Amino acid sequence: MTLLALTAAQAAEQVRAGELAPAELWEAYRERAAADELNAFLWVADEAPASPADDAPLAGVPFAAKDLFCVRGVPSQAASRILEDYRPPYTATVVEQIVAAGAPVLGKTNQDEFAMGSSNENSGFGPVLNPWDRSRVPGGSSGGSAAAVAAGLAPWAIGTDTGGSIRQPAALCGVVGLKPTYGACSRYGMIAFASSLDQAGPLTRDVTDAALLFSAMVGKDHCDSTSVAFPEAVRRPRAEDLRGIRLGVPEELTSEAEGLEPGVRENFEATLRLAEELGAEVEPTRLPHAAHGLSAYYLIAPAEASSNLARYDGVRYGLRVEADGDLVDMYSRTRAAGFGPEVKRRIMLGTYALSAGYYDAYYGRAQRVRTKIAEDFAGAFERFDFVVTPTSPTVAFPLGARTDDPLAMYLADYCTVPMPLAGIPAISIPNGLSEGLPTSFQIAGPAFSENRILDAAYALEQAIGFDGSVPR
Amino acid sequence: MLDRSEVLHVARLARLRLTDEEVERMSRELSKVLDHIEKISELDLEGVPPTSHVVDVPGGLRADEPRPCLSREEALASAPAVAEGGFEVPSPGL
Amino acid sequence: MSWEPVIGLEVHVQLSTRTKMFCGCELSFGDPPNVHTCSVCLGLPGSLPVANERAVQYALKIGLALECELAPRSIFHRKNYFYPDLSKGYQISQYDEPLCRGGRLGDVRIHRVHLEEDAAKLVHLGQSGRIHGSDRSVVDFNRGGTPLVEIVTEPDLRTPEDAREWLVLLRNTLRQLAVSDVNMEEGSLRCDANVSVRQAGTAELGTKTELKNMNSFRFVERGIRAEVERQVGLLESGQNVVQETLHFDPQGGTLTPLRSKEEAHDYRYFPEPDLVPVRVTEEMVAAARAELPELPAARAERYLELELSADTARRFAYRPDLGDYFERALAVAAAGDGADVSAQSLANWVAELASQLDDADPAESKVAPEALARLAGLVTGRGVTSAVAQQVLGRLVAEGGDPAAIVEAESLATIGGGGELEETVRAAIEANPDAAERVRAGKAEAIGPIVGYVMRETKGRADGGQVTRMVRERLGV
Ligand SMILES: [Mg+2]
Ligand SMILES: [Zn+2]
Repeated sequence: MTLLALTAAQAAEQVRAGELAPAELWEAYRERAAADELNAFLWVADEAPASPADDAPLAGVPFAAKDLFCVRGVPSQAASRILEDYRPPYTATVVEQIVAAGAPVLGKTNQDEFAMGSSNENSGFGPVLNPWDRSRVPGGSSGGSAAAVAAGLAPWAIGTDTGGSIRQPAALCGVVGLKPTYGACSRYGMIAFASSLDQAGPLTRDVTDAALLFSAMVGKDHCDSTSVAFPEAVRRPRAEDLRGIRLGVPEELTSEAEGLEPGVRENFEATLRLAEELGAEVEPTRLPHAAHGLSAYYLIAPAEASSNLARYDGVRYGLRVEADGDLVDMYSRTRAAGFGPEVKRRIMLGTYALSAGYYDAYYGRAQRVRTKIAEDFAGAFERFDFVVTPTSPTVAFPLGARTDDPLAMYLADYCTVPMPLAGIPAISIPNGLSEGLPTSFQIAGPAFSENRILDAAYALEQAIGFDGSVPR
Repeated sequence: MLDRSEVLHVARLARLRLTDEEVERMSRELSKVLDHIEKISELDLEGVPPTSHVVDVPGGLRADEPRPCLSREEALASAPAVAEGGFEVPSPGL
Repeated sequence: MSWEPVIGLEVHVQLSTRTKMFCGCELSFGDPPNVHTCSVCLGLPGSLPVANERAVQYALKIGLALECELAPRSIFHRKNYFYPDLSKGYQISQYDEPLCRGGRLGDVRIHRVHLEEDAAKLVHLGQSGRIHGSDRSVVDFNRGGTPLVEIVTEPDLRTPEDAREWLVLLRNTLRQLAVSDVNMEEGSLRCDANVSVRQAGTAELGTKTELKNMNSFRFVERGIRAEVERQVGLLESGQNVVQETLHFDPQGGTLTPLRSKEEAHDYRYFPEPDLVPVRVTEEMVAAARAELPELPAARAERYLELELSADTARRFAYRPDLGDYFERALAVAAAGDGADVSAQSLANWVAELASQLDDADPAESKVAPEALARLAGLVTGRGVTSAVAQQVLGRLVAEGGDPAAIVEAESLATIGGGGELEETVRAAIEANPDAAERVRAGKAEAIGPIVGYVMRETKGRADGGQVTRMVRERLGV
């Protein structure tokens, strides 16, 4: 099927050239999404959208949105039973912007409940399967979006990244995932996990698609005071080499890191050699506090989450469980029944970290570590254009392999948590296979360096020549 | 270390009803995670300011201009229980 | 052993902006439930707050009026607790970096002034029967998210009366700033009190309790008085005061502890990540300052220059209704209606009017400032005596009208030096022979009964000084 072989940008070009009818594109993907066997979708649209305006940049190429993006009248549940079939009266700003740019909503994708997880096994609606190997996880928390794009169930998708939730599933599914600078995309209408870390971003087949979708997502939103006007136009990446680019390889996240699989390490080193061939200078660097990123992250994110999730109390929307007419009992039963084990674990951890007597030792201290991590990056960016690492230390792991050991699950996030702590952007691109499963390469840059990151990623992507067609 | 009574206290703060089995598991799992996290207590962070916001956007204020509200039907549409135009709840007492 | 109350107030003021603190819903009062809500104030998943610029400006005005230090950067915190009137499970408030710190109003130091959002309204339904025996309530989010300024004083108040008076002063100051309706009955001004007692002369603070729900100035005074008495009673019988929050029931005058919540003191405050820090620029401060009316301190200064007594100057400055009325009357008097009334005597008449009005705003009485100025003029020009003027003022308060016309119609004009007074003086001496004898013998103070007789006979229309002179003349002293 030739249509399926097109990237989103190619499809958009054909639509604009009059060679492809948007309705045909919609119907093809709608059918594929509706026939999803990966549990990637929680809801698929059945009404055909209006045809896009002639000059619409996204030209009617449909996209899938992670369940936690509010879409008016459409189930928006953050994959939680506590919000089962909740249909908001408003639409998230980034979704509105993408729709306004001409891409209709194809469906809502499965995720870890409230974006808490790295395997998608924490969804209230069952795990997503990895299209490369259905006995394995797709990564998380944007696992449904990553799997849908990898399997060709959607041309492209959006997800959110808090500690790696775009990049890690992109890595495990062999697609491209961009976590933008904090504030580049509005968070309004994104069901919050950890407000100071959450960012929306694209999951796409290639770097060009990522840039195109991202260009429709950026912008200052008057409904999100933490959003920032993107300082320049988002360009279509065209760089063919990496001449003059200096790449810093942080030892803490690579050679010294525990748990880095040999296959992942080999592919990472191969990509570094490729980068040098393209003209980049590659040198080791240090991020002395990066190793503490996980600790800081697993205090800050749960603390904010414990507060963000306090609104699920059975009063205004969502599940209510009431037994004897007592208010506190109603709250406690509702939340016990509506939240899954991982969400409860993080609410407990976060509540504890903020509670009287522990704030300074935990939350307060974590926010200071955060300052140090940001300083580490700022120092590295004085010498290097980008800091590069593998995205995930391992390839996709078998379903159930880590569910009994939350700490082991958390520890695998060490390459992705430092960037959101510093608020900086990073992209993950596939860079090969290990044991038949995708591995990937992460490029992080200073705040608002997305155009340069996309250029570098594009040059590497062309040189790597990764074949992502297998799971389609 | 998070013992049983601390787990129960935190669960009450968080309005989570836990089964005995969950209390036991939380105590075990959270203690393990906290043990790992404890590592940050070794860092010398004297004089390091906490990051409360990674972006420090100037302004960030909204003009005092009205925007359309939801209708009452929209506001109450997802409510589990409704009475007299409002969200019905068990009384909190004094 | 005598006990000294130590009282601090926490005052919540609803700001009169057009929209709520963090969303564009219009403020309302008395509308049907849940018609002023949106995704933000209902705490819908995914919604985000954005702070209201005018609310910040109003808070800055209050900070300036209370002589506070304004923070160039302040941040919002989340105060976490579960309650049905709270849509997000936390209240957005300010914690350790408030907008304003320090300051004073009158004799009371201000600890801090900060911005926060109001809770929704919870209406008790009683037993619904849906679940047997259970009480139900209904939440109306119209009020949820209304901008509030919280003003916290230092514990500088020492009596329940002072607390009430200071609160009135604060109300008047805020009214002058035009930032709030400041109406206690409607809840736009709400006051909690922290109360403790200690032995007079000691500096250490006793255990304090927090009093809630005192929704009138009178109840503030009564509530605090009741709590002081309760604490003194406990201490005198050898018991301890327990730190707790009490609900004052104005009907029975009773104080009931609010159901103790074990987490009451664990709000898990942390910086609100959804809101960027508030940066107060010099332009914002200048704009707030430009909107300030003349502040009480400056006003008192001006009144002192008019040679008002220090007490009166302060009182009129801090009671802008009295000050405004005084200034209107002064303007009329200065426009020259014959007699040259001094600012001082006019001020005394304004004070007299205020006391006859039970401290209500004189502008809302039947006495026009013109009438008061004319009355003062009559006294100064000796057209009527002070005693008569008091009566006339009573008439003005009851019926309004023109003082000169009242004097005319009731023949209240001062009796001059003519034969009528001569005759009365003669009769007075005749009626008090003993007193007359003693005055002749050099006891000047014995003149009282004779002058009193004249004043009684003339119904106060005689000038006391003149009568004294005439009596002494007649007795040859
Ligand atoms: Mg308050
Ligand atoms: Zn609202």
